[in-house]
Amino acid sequence: MSIQPEQLKYCDSHEWVYAPADASGVATVGISAFAVAELNDLVFMALPSVGQKLAAGQEFGEVESVKAVSPMYSPVSGEVIEVNSGLVDRLDQLNGDPYDQGWMMKIKMSDPSELAKLMDYQAYQKMISQHG
Amino acid sequence: MNTPQSGTNLFTPLHAWHVQNGGKMAPFGGYEMPIQYSGIVAEHTATRTALGVFDISHMGRLRFDGPRADQLLDHLLTRRVLDMQPGQVRYSLVCNEEGGILDDVLVSCLESPSGKIYFLLVVNASNKSKIVDWLQPHLADFPDVEFHDVTESTAMIAVQGPRAVQVCERLLPPAATKLGYYRAKVTDQMSKPCIVSRTGYTGEDGFELIVRSEDAVRVWENIFLAGREHGVLPVGLGARDTLRLEAGMPLYGHELSEQIDPYTAGLSFAVNLKDRSFVGSQSLAAKSSGAGPSGMKRVGLKVEGRRAAREQSTCYCTDGQAIGTVTSGTFSPTFNQPISMAYVNADAAIVGHKIEVDIRGTRAPATVVELPFYKRS
Repeated sequence: MSIQPEQLKYCDSHEWVYAPADASGVATVGISAFAVAELNDLVFMALPSVGQKLAAGQEFGEVESVKAVSPMYSPVSGEVIEVNSGLVDRLDQLNGDPYDQGWMMKIKMSDPSELAKLMDYQAYQKMISQHG
Repeated sequence: MNTPQSGTNLFTPLHAWHVQNGGKMAPFGGYEMPIQYSGIVAEHTATRTALGVFDISHMGRLRFDGPRADQLLDHLLTRRVLDMQPGQVRYSLVCNEEGGILDDVLVSCLESPSGKIYFLLVVNASNKSKIVDWLQPHLADFPDVEFHDVTESTAMIAVQGPRAVQVCERLLPPAATKLGYYRAKVTDQMSKPCIVSRTGYTGEDGFELIVRSEDAVRVWENIFLAGREHGVLPVGLGARDTLRLEAGMPLYGHELSEQIDPYTAGLSFAVNLKDRSFVGSQSLAAKSSGAGPSGMKRVGLKVEGRRAAREQSTCYCTDGQAIGTVTSGTFSPTFNQPISMAYVNADAAIVGHKIEVDIRGTRAPATVVELPFYKRS
């Protein structure tokens, strides 16, 4: 798998989702390079369990930096079918690659039409450029 | 001057420098301040191992002139002021009549180049307007004392870390870099007037400089030029907080408030009651025995795991009884472990005592440890 930031959809809370047409309704979720850079100095991450059901916008985990704790929200609704559980022990990897190696969970979407509500790469870039 | 372009935040004279040099800005104490530049851990580590430079211009700077300035301040501060000699700095508290803490301050007795003795009070940014308002009736009782809020006409820069002396020797006259701890001097930085004090809020050796607003950027840049080969970094308020927390120093609004008295806060050293009368002294005299009226004590906690027990986390006895509340917590870059300060029941405030802290619904084991967490060698 090679996930490129340009292929992704984004939430305004900085999660990305990768759900190509050939993935049979499975969405891969992570957080953006911008979010990782903003958080800085990550020390802890909690991810959901396989089988957990999430609604779009529901908290699926948290990431803690020296400065603060930030909840992460699921971009789509569905059931967690796989978790990148090794990631919590190599948070440094997120700095180098928050997309390919830095994915957090895969969700079997219950409503793929939710994807249409998310930002594309250009819209997300525009949002973060206005962030300051 | 320093007119904000948006919102209600003030800008320090170094604001443009911060923005141009990657400072992530956020409101603090009425100012838009840099929270971090390169990252909290990098800035923290630079201060512990080399040199960190901080814009602390948001701190309130209040000047008192006149032959009775010492009497006025002696009446307002928990530390004795009347015996202060030019060049001395003291950490003190300002309390209300009930003995609650209004602010924690540094008071300096200074001598101007023309030989005039005056006092400078450095107060917390978030408390400055409260303190200035609170001062008014006391100033009215001392009409011969001249009071000036010089916060906006000056800037304040902290230079902290093991390389501070070495770097400042290239910038300041020898009389300034040879100052003893908690000593201050009115001097100059390359002919720009500058008040230098051997003080800080990081647990490291270092200096705090007060310069005129119009000289701030030049002095700031001179420090970076002089410190270039020493690994100097600009440090934001994020690392200022992790540094002061490791150094066990209280922060107003967290460990200190009007509901906390100096004894509960573990700051009895900052209260001098002997043969004195000052605002709050009667209440403080009554509280000065025992664990403090609250029955609580300020403690340090080392928390197991990777998650920090942050402000408002509840502390529990191992049998499940709530015994206190965390006031500050972070992941300590020096110890690579979460640390917190908390107020807990006096009977649990024993070094080595095992407790638990609630971290967003999960209890984590923690141990009461001695403050400060970090002491420089």
